[in-house]
Amino acid sequence: MKTTTDTPVLETKDITKTFPGTLANSKVSIRLEQGEVLALLGENGAGKTTLMNIIYGLYDQDSGEIFLNGEPYNIRNPHDAIAAGIGMVHQHFMLVPVFTVLENIMLGAEVMKGPFLNKTQARQEILELSNRYGLEVDPDAVVEDLPVGIQQRVEILKALFRDVKILILDEPTAVLTPQEIQELFQIMRHLTESGVSIVFITHKLKEVLEIADRIVIMRRGEVVGEANPRQVSEHDLANLMVGREVSLVVDKSEAAPKGVQFEVKDLVVKDPMKGLAVNHVSFAVRAGEVLGIAGVQGNGQTELAEAMTGLRKHEGGTVWISGMETPQANPRALVEHGMAHIPEDRHKHGLILQYPLTDNFVLCTYYKEPYSKHGVRNKKAILTTAEELIKRFDVRTPSAFISAGDLSGGNQQKVIVARELSRDVSVVIANQPTRGLDVGSIEYIHKTLIRLRDEGAAVLVISSELDEIMSLSDRIAVMYRGEIVDVVDAKQTTREELGLLMAGSKS
Amino acid sequence: MTVGVMNNGKIRRRPAWASPLIFGVIVIAVAVFSFMKNPSVTEAVMSAMIRFAVPLMLGALCGIYCERAGIVNIGIEGQMLLSAFTAYMTNVWTGNLILALLAGALTGALLGYFLAVISIKLKLNQIIGGTVINILAIGITGFFYQVGMTTKGKFGPIRLGPLAKIPLVGPVLFNNPPITYIAFLMVIISHIIFFHTRWGLRTRAVGEHPRAADTLGIDVFKTRYLNTIIGGALAGLAGAFLTLEGVGTFERNMTNGRGFIALAVMIFGKWNPIGSALAALLFGLANALQTQLQFMGINIPHQFIGMIPYALTIVVVSGFIGRSRPPAAEGTPYEKE
Ligand SMILES: Nc1ncnc2c1ncn2[C@@H]1O[C@H](COP(=O)(O)OP(=O)(O)O)[C@@H](O)[C@H]1O
Ligand SMILES: [Mg+2]
Repeated sequence: MKTTTDTPVLETKDITKTFPGTLANSKVSIRLEQGEVLALLGENGAGKTTLMNIIYGLYDQDSGEIFLNGEPYNIRNPHDAIAAGIGMVHQHFMLVPVFTVLENIMLGAEVMKGPFLNKTQARQEILELSNRYGLEVDPDAVVEDLPVGIQQRVEILKALFRDVKILILDEPTAVLTPQEIQELFQIMRHLTESGVSIVFITHKLKEVLEIADRIVIMRRGEVVGEANPRQVSEHDLANLMVGREVSLVVDKSEAAPKGVQFEVKDLVVKDPMKGLAVNHVSFAVRAGEVLGIAGVQGNGQTELAEAMTGLRKHEGGTVWISGMETPQANPRALVEHGMAHIPEDRHKHGLILQYPLTDNFVLCTYYKEPYSKHGVRNKKAILTTAEELIKRFDVRTPSAFISAGDLSGGNQQKVIVARELSRDVSVVIANQPTRGLDVGSIEYIHKTLIRLRDEGAAVLVISSELDEIMSLSDRIAVMYRGEIVDVVDAKQTTREELGLLMAGSKS
Repeated sequence: MTVGVMNNGKIRRRPAWASPLIFGVIVIAVAVFSFMKNPSVTEAVMSAMIRFAVPLMLGALCGIYCERAGIVNIGIEGQMLLSAFTAYMTNVWTGNLILALLAGALTGALLGYFLAVISIKLKLNQIIGGTVINILAIGITGFFYQVGMTTKGKFGPIRLGPLAKIPLVGPVLFNNPPITYIAFLMVIISHIIFFHTRWGLRTRAVGEHPRAADTLGIDVFKTRYLNTIIGGALAGLAGAFLTLEGVGTFERNMTNGRGFIALAVMIFGKWNPIGSALAALLFGLANALQTQLQFMGINIPHQFIGMIPYALTIVVVSGFIGRSRPPAAEGTPYEKE
């Protein structure tokens, strides 16, 4: 019930939450007005998800209060939140992959006929909702067969099915193509028109300016400012978000590419569950250029990268470095051919978390002189190298003997970059090199990649962040359903063109 | 992952009971054929098949309840054995078969609760939890069992009126002791529970993606507790079947690996009650034929027939006949944040 027009539908007062070693939220107060889109902007790790999880009853706050329509409301678990009309689309979707759309939507809010599920009626209700809000889905499709964009619709439908008044969208655009983002915005407008209030979480500045009615900026667990999207620029927002002056463009000179240095011919990777993950992919990267591979997550980029870097067997095709064919699934041979690999999953493929930094720095070279002599490791040489790299690559760590697992994400990534790019390399494969990093680290890694390009390496960047691809690449290949749909010139293409290609349509 | 083998935009899926059903049809065809040649032997083999199949069916159902909720239960063997013992002892002391049956089910349920506490509350390794149950059962029954106890009898068959008069089908299906009927009934009821009720939907969600269930306000822990206990009771019934209906007396280690075979049956049936029931019948048939061949002195090594279901299980598990995929979250304790 709305008493006066200026009572916010949702308000948090001085919410504080600590995790062991981290102050995730510190006296956070925000308010959400009826029918608005409130953007919560902040870098990775700013505490946005934590705050929303508290509102949704998944975490308990250490202190602070939540008000709904001006009344204090104690949310102990998601059940309470749902009862209060709060819905949340989580950053990592909360869908049961083997369930149908219908089962996922009605789970927890089942439509019954006596003791049995009434799927017929539930189907009808879902179809009505999806018509009303333009959220087209097939209720009987199995969720794991659906593309992420559609899965997101299912998540939104799940919330609408429960009659939400307040909808929290946690980084909903991370998995979408530019066109899908526009569709999502349309749906959001539609929802606010029918009285739903939305909290929209993101770290992308363009989106905030486009959709938000009001912007709240968080940094290191605190609210650091509020802005009106009609009165601020991207630049202002970036400075607020990061807390210092940042440059949004990657400084780079014109590429001066030479001969082909890395080539993939007709590569095929089969997925045991799903058929062809990489479907006859061919491309070449010249020395001194950056080729970006764009695409929505899950279109075969992971499999392509794993096959190229020897982490996985491929069913057909060849990989060439400097005119030499490389053997299958043999990472060491590739390393010795001059390949550097910045893997997508830095915990699984980039570092040995339990090992100290010293050992992590020589994972590719430990068996060679000077790090080993006659099979005996030379700890002094390893330490010298480690300390030099820590300095050169600005890794923030108290010592070289700290376990890699104890560093922050940004510093872990710097360790990997330092190890891979300090060797004498001719080919660099960087898969999502800046995912989850703060702006400072992102700038640094981008600069390093461009430096390598200028020193004559063939650089391949795989990323689902379109901004990253556009600012780093000289040429851009777009991947869709395991195929390279097209390769375009980075200087001449537009977001719109790339967006269409990412959705599989070739102009 | 969006890459898929698409067929008009949809991926074709085979229902869980498809492969056991194919074997089922073949078995029925063979049975009808042999019935025409030799009715009495066929009837005996078929009845033996049911007798062998019932404990496997109930054991597999136990596995399904637990694993669908995300708890791996390799203690079915121990649950059966200890329940067989308590059912038997209750029969010895009271002579009341119904009471004995309840004692068996209760023992199984208690062991289910034990497994639930180990894996949900204490978050210990579930394989170790199951193994503890197995060792415990062997130890307790071995220690307390004394030879030479007598009972007043065991469950006799109940004829289901005119149904029992149908040739072949009648005597095999409709002239059985009560636990056999209960087993078949439980298969159907469980199927309805899992696929047509709120409880079933939530249980499957908890076994596949507990966090998703949690975010929808479903109590993951409660769901897991209850399913593990229900599963235990079913394993208890399987144990009671052995002492009250099958053999009629207790012997040391009389479950003889049935609890483990039940797991194979469950996998063969793809964690699906009807699929597993059909799989149990197949295992039962192989066993019955094995015995029959020995009687008739036929020259195929009887072990060969006995091996067939296991070979088929391996085929199923390795994914030749559609993949058999366990619930995604099984074996992992759920941590609330
Ligand atoms: N469950 C958790 N346990 C420990 N630390 C956590 C947990 N969740 C978040 N954090 C920490 O809290 C901080 C804020 O995280 P989060 O709210 O996810 O940020 P955001 O969503 O803004 O990227 C980060 O430093 C993160 O590492
Ligand atoms: Mg987040």
